[in-house]
Amino acid sequence: MSTAVIHYIDHPHPVTGVTNSKLGVWLFIASEVMLFGALFSSYIILRIGNPAWPHGWMVLNVPLATLNTMILITSSVTMVMSWAALMMNRFDRFRLYMGLTILLGLAFMGVKGFEYSSKFHHEHFPWTDNFYGIYFTLTGLHGLHVLGGILLNLYFLVTGKRLWTRNPKMFAGRIEAAGLYWHFVDLVWIFLFPSIYLL
Amino acid sequence: MSEHNEHHELGFIRTYVFSIDHKVIGIQYAITGLLFLFFGFCLMMLMRWQLAYPGEALPLIASWFENSQMMPGGVMSPDLYNSFGAMHGTIMVFLGVVPLAVGGFGNYLVPLQIGAPDMAFPKLNAASYWSYFVGGVVMLCSFFLPGGPAQSGWTSYPPLSILASTGQTAWLIGMVFLITSSLLGSINIIVTIVQLRAKGLSFFRMPFLVWAQFVTSFLLVLAFPPLEAAAVFQLMDRVAGTSFFMPSGLVVGGMPLQVAGGGNPVLWQHLFWFLAHPEVYVLILPALGIVTEIIANNTRKPLYGYKTMVYSVLFLGFMSFIVWAHHMFMTGMGTTMSNFFQTTTMIISIPSVILITCLIITLWGGSIRFNLPMMFALAFLPMFAIGGLTGLPLGLATSDIYLHDTYYVIGHFHYVVAPGTLFALFAGIYYWYPKVTGRMMNNLLGKLHFWISFLAINGIFMPMFIQGFAGVSRRLHTPNFYAHAQAVQGTNVFMSISAWVLGAAQLFFIINFFLSLKAGKRASDNPWDATTLEWATPTPPPHGNFLQEPVVHRGPYEYSVPGKATDYIPQQVS
Repeated sequence: MSTAVIHYIDHPHPVTGVTNSKLGVWLFIASEVMLFGALFSSYIILRIGNPAWPHGWMVLNVPLATLNTMILITSSVTMVMSWAALMMNRFDRFRLYMGLTILLGLAFMGVKGFEYSSKFHHEHFPWTDNFYGIYFTLTGLHGLHVLGGILLNLYFLVTGKRLWTRNPKMFAGRIEAAGLYWHFVDLVWIFLFPSIYLL
Repeated sequence: MSEHNEHHELGFIRTYVFSIDHKVIGIQYAITGLLFLFFGFCLMMLMRWQLAYPGEALPLIASWFENSQMMPGGVMSPDLYNSFGAMHGTIMVFLGVVPLAVGGFGNYLVPLQIGAPDMAFPKLNAASYWSYFVGGVVMLCSFFLPGGPAQSGWTSYPPLSILASTGQTAWLIGMVFLITSSLLGSINIIVTIVQLRAKGLSFFRMPFLVWAQFVTSFLLVLAFPPLEAAAVFQLMDRVAGTSFFMPSGLVVGGMPLQVAGGGNPVLWQHLFWFLAHPEVYVLILPALGIVTEIIANNTRKPLYGYKTMVYSVLFLGFMSFIVWAHHMFMTGMGTTMSNFFQTTTMIISIPSVILITCLIITLWGGSIRFNLPMMFALAFLPMFAIGGLTGLPLGLATSDIYLHDTYYVIGHFHYVVAPGTLFALFAGIYYWYPKVTGRMMNNLLGKLHFWISFLAINGIFMPMFIQGFAGVSRRLHTPNFYAHAQAVQGTNVFMSISAWVLGAAQLFFIINFFLSLKAGKRASDNPWDATTLEWATPTPPPHGNFLQEPVVHRGPYEYSVPGKATDYIPQQVS
């Protein structure tokens, strides 16, 4: 165990106004923006270089993706509610909303899985053409990010009680950081949905 | 505060292996980085045998490879030569210099120099080291895969890299681990610098090394993810059969290749160089920071133009993101693009020249102490300058089209990275060794190391410019096969002998490193009479670093202040 005291873990730095973990998550999100930025730009370059590129709405299941968009946006709301519950000192409410967030995340993955399996069923694979290559790579990588978020939230749901009783401020800070990540993953989907499914 | 600094007794494994103390992690990074540098150097020495005496069996160790497929009878096959080339580059850049400069020096020195007890996220710090370690192991394991390791150069250009043997897949997986490692590490460094500076240590009182690490970390955070995206695409191309980087109608070995097609190989180059140009500054800036610390200390003068240097380094960091396509003048991009990228490339040389000029003016009128770290730091200046100036013809499209992919390019970037950056890193090792171990390094062994290395390293890289002007391509396995290269084959022998002499000179360093651990002269807390905060701790610093929280009252380089009795004032003295 480290015995040295590191400042600004549970209260914000007076000048920067953020805690260490919040600044760290923002930097992480900046790097993720660069990652998905590069993926999206590659998609654009591949698409304009290929005259035979199909329209997403003609080959993909738009109603299912719309449903998934709604599921994910709702999960962002419940994520905020779980953090707000901690701010109001209601750990039981936190549990409820966090559980809902995880369930909605799982529902998103379930719909995704259904979509994938129907694509496989119709013999559409990543190697079919570059449209499906992009579709599976981008949504797959986003799916991995959702999965990461679900596991992270599950960890906080299961082990949260101990830290909550020991240092509620620190725990709320962690949930806030996890929430930032979760919102970012939602935001990526908000970009993915129109650019792959609708255009 | 004192009660928090009590040191709980931890077992050996928690103290030295899975430690979360930034100093131990820094040492782990540095040792692992040095080992990889040595390994990458050995690959190069083997390649130099093939280049000097093409087709002849290796001396002494040829009998080990009697039945080997890659080295029948001890003669290096072209595939193996390509593998060594690719792995030499990858290992030196991603597993050697960056972990040593950012992981080693950054981890050890940044919290000490800003008066923090540790990094902002100690456990994340350990995770980033172990991620690097796993990435390194994956890279090493690729040597044992059927078909050998990656063969497509450290740049892994498709379509070649997508058709290459399984080693390329291992290369990509290893890179993803290394990218993760440097992301976690650099986020940690930025948060530490922003949040955990000691009381009174404003941004413009930070030592220049901290500034250099700060900018470097931003480059890593923002430039590495596009390479990760590229690695994901290439992995999909290799494993899932997509063709993001594979054009339609590709003919390989006389047969049309069966891929979905429609991909764009130049897209890989854009994504790769968007990282790899800032990566050049990731290699250089920490080295420049180290040299600055040592020169300021050993001229006993305040740094000339400290603020100018800081602004230059910030501008350099920003510009490094908009020069990447100067690596791609040969891809057939239009003249407008070429104009843009050669203009930005010329602009980025301005802050580089300002930085070096400030260091040279700092030397003016100083009472210079020629100790070991200072000799390496002084050698950095002309070596880095040669590397920088030879880069200008490569930044201009007209001259680049002739020099592209010749040995001139190799000479240019090796001058920046080998006698430049590596000399700075050696300077740093000699300079902070007393703080880390409590012992001084041996002077005579150090001087032998310096002088022989200095002569030999120029013997390797200077003739490369001649070869480049003669038009010798950088990836030739058997240079004497080509008429135009035969004229300069003699330089290959000279360069190879220099390389082996350089290798032998490193033995002085290795002996010195281990001998001084046991038998070196004991060092005081501040053996160089330095002003920065890391020298205000006990030697070696305890867990938690400072006995009491430091408070800073002045800038980092208060040397020879008029009217003061000593020629330096430590930062924390009021």
